[in-house]
Amino acid sequence: MSNLKFKIIEGTRSAALSIFAHGFRSFLTTLGIIIGVASVIAVVSVVQGFSANITQQFDGMGTNVLNVESYTPRKERLQGVRAKLTYDDYLEIKYRVPGVSNVTPTVRMWGSNAVITYRGQSSSSMIVGTASTYQKLNTVYPERGRFFNLSDDKSRRRVAVLGPSIMSKLDIKGDPIGQHVAVSGEWFKVIGIAEKRGKLFGFDQDDFILLPFSTTRALLGGAEEPDITISLQVDEPSQLEQVKQHIKNLLRRNHKLSKGTDDDFEIATADQMLDTFDEIVGSTTLVLGGIVGISLLVGGIGIMNIMLVSVTERTREIGIQKALGATRFDILLQFLIEAVFLCLLGGLIGLILGFGAGSLISNLTGLPSATVPAWAIVLSFGFSGGIGLIFGIIPAAKAANLDPIDALRYE
Amino acid sequence: MSKQTIIELRGIAKHYMMGSEGFYALDGIDLDIYLNDYMAVVGSSGSGKSTLMNLLGCLDLPTAGEYKLKGTDVATLDETSLAGIRNREIGFIFQNFNLLPRATALQNVMQPLIYRGIALAERKQRAQDALAMVGLQDRMTHVPNQLSGGQRQRVAIARALVTEPAILLADEPTGNLDSSTTVEIMALFDQLHSDGQTLIVVTHEQEIAERCHRVITLKDGRLMSDQANKVPVKPLVSGVAAHV
Ligand SMILES: Nc1ncnc2c1ncn2[C@@H]1O[C@H](COP(=O)(O)OP(=O)(O)O)[C@@H](O)[C@H]1O
Ligand SMILES: [Mg+2]
Repeated sequence: MSNLKFKIIEGTRSAALSIFAHGFRSFLTTLGIIIGVASVIAVVSVVQGFSANITQQFDGMGTNVLNVESYTPRKERLQGVRAKLTYDDYLEIKYRVPGVSNVTPTVRMWGSNAVITYRGQSSSSMIVGTASTYQKLNTVYPERGRFFNLSDDKSRRRVAVLGPSIMSKLDIKGDPIGQHVAVSGEWFKVIGIAEKRGKLFGFDQDDFILLPFSTTRALLGGAEEPDITISLQVDEPSQLEQVKQHIKNLLRRNHKLSKGTDDDFEIATADQMLDTFDEIVGSTTLVLGGIVGISLLVGGIGIMNIMLVSVTERTREIGIQKALGATRFDILLQFLIEAVFLCLLGGLIGLILGFGAGSLISNLTGLPSATVPAWAIVLSFGFSGGIGLIFGIIPAAKAANLDPIDALRYE
Repeated sequence: MSKQTIIELRGIAKHYMMGSEGFYALDGIDLDIYLNDYMAVVGSSGSGKSTLMNLLGCLDLPTAGEYKLKGTDVATLDETSLAGIRNREIGFIFQNFNLLPRATALQNVMQPLIYRGIALAERKQRAQDALAMVGLQDRMTHVPNQLSGGQRQRVAIARALVTEPAILLADEPTGNLDSSTTVEIMALFDQLHSDGQTLIVVTHEQEIAERCHRVITLKDGRLMSDQANKVPVKPLVSGVAAHV
């Protein structure tokens, strides 16, 4: 066994020598592998960067958070009917469903009057009316100032918490706390600035303004009740299904839905969204794996081709080595190691290039920064080495089986 | 004291098929080679000298006959054992040197020791010693095309000697060299012989054959004569000079 180790070390030494003796040719030989590995690493690093970021987002939300939204089936929608969740639904859930906390209503302001203005600057950012519990559910904490509290909500105070991006969009100079911004024509006093969260899918997550729920409701006018979203936290994760069922029954009763009709609302967990996302990432990775498999196969055939040429070219050398006492196994190992070494080098270069490309893509598109997971590194090296082994065996066997005297006579 | 036999050839033949016709490059060779023999193989071109050397060096196998090396019938050995014999028992020197073109002189001489499983440090030491013995201690990092023909052949000799083989086989070792380099190489062979080395040298130069203590002559693949040189004392330098 130590004999084999010795042979592998010597084989690696001579492989390195012969690879670097023809540096440029070696590079071209392994180009297929380089491109294959680089493209997989580039895409994986971007997708994983995404995925890590999104997982973090969902983690922030908490896994036992439920989101209840209105849902209008397609048929009804065509008939002009719109399902709705109301403040009443919120109160029902808050006071009648046990085992939940931080029940939070949110209402979005839409439309042409949903603009924020400040000293002549205006911004159409996301305008959300919500309760003070919003910060716990979404882990959006104020970096400066404070979040609004129960009393702000009760007295319908005109106070606002700004996402950090608004500051630059509205060109707010100096300390923003205590200044006033106008939302659809009404003045709101800035009481807090939220922590920065960055971009997701190129979407700025810091471009929002949060207002107390009752204030927003009043602002929207009492003519028609707004459609709201209700988020809440389930205290015991094991009780999740019971809680969902409870909410479902309650809302169906509230909405007077008869047996047999569909729900006009949806209850989703953050986990479900995460699962869906994971599925997308998983299938993307699979498709990618297929493409890369093919490109590595092509790369491997390229390597086999060049190795075969190289064996022919070095026939005399092989003859000399055999005359000096190299066994078949010595020669086989030497060429096999050369092929594997070449592929691993290609894999390494591909890894570096791929990560570089991934980082560049992330930077240019404002996506979360690229990360290469350990499994991708192990896999690309494993694959590259495997390709070297598989496609190196034929040239290596050809070299090993050369007859010493024929090889020495080869011109 | 009786002479110790290293090689026994009995009825050795090498048959080639050339199209439909058969052809004997060697035909019924019986030969014994003894320890510390210094033997020349002469004969006209195509007489089978190289064929014989390749068989002796286990680079090739006979089509008939028996070859015993140190008592072992070579025909019974597998490819790996033959490689072992080439590595341990044989030092082969070729007319065209056959150095590894990309390797330095030192690496060339170290090469056979790799197949013997000798560690780097010792390999290096032994290769340096062998190169020093042939007077190339200051050319170790040169690659073959940075060396003269004589220097290349001396690297090849160092490489053949570094494994301390039982026999040194040289197939027209000076065939590509000028006369003064030839003198140097032959002087080296004389020295090796007097140190106890067994040598077989193929040559077509009379002067070289006369340096050897035994001369065999081949003709059309047959052994024509096997003579002892009684007085191999003629100074080589004047001999070669006369030849030139
Ligand atoms: N592989 C081969 N196939 C056919 N004929 C060969 C082969 N090798 C050598 N010969 C023939 O065998 C004869 C002896 O060759 P060789 O031993 O090289 O002669 P020498 O070295 O004495 O000049 C020559 O006629 C040569 O053509
Ligand atoms: Mg010849």
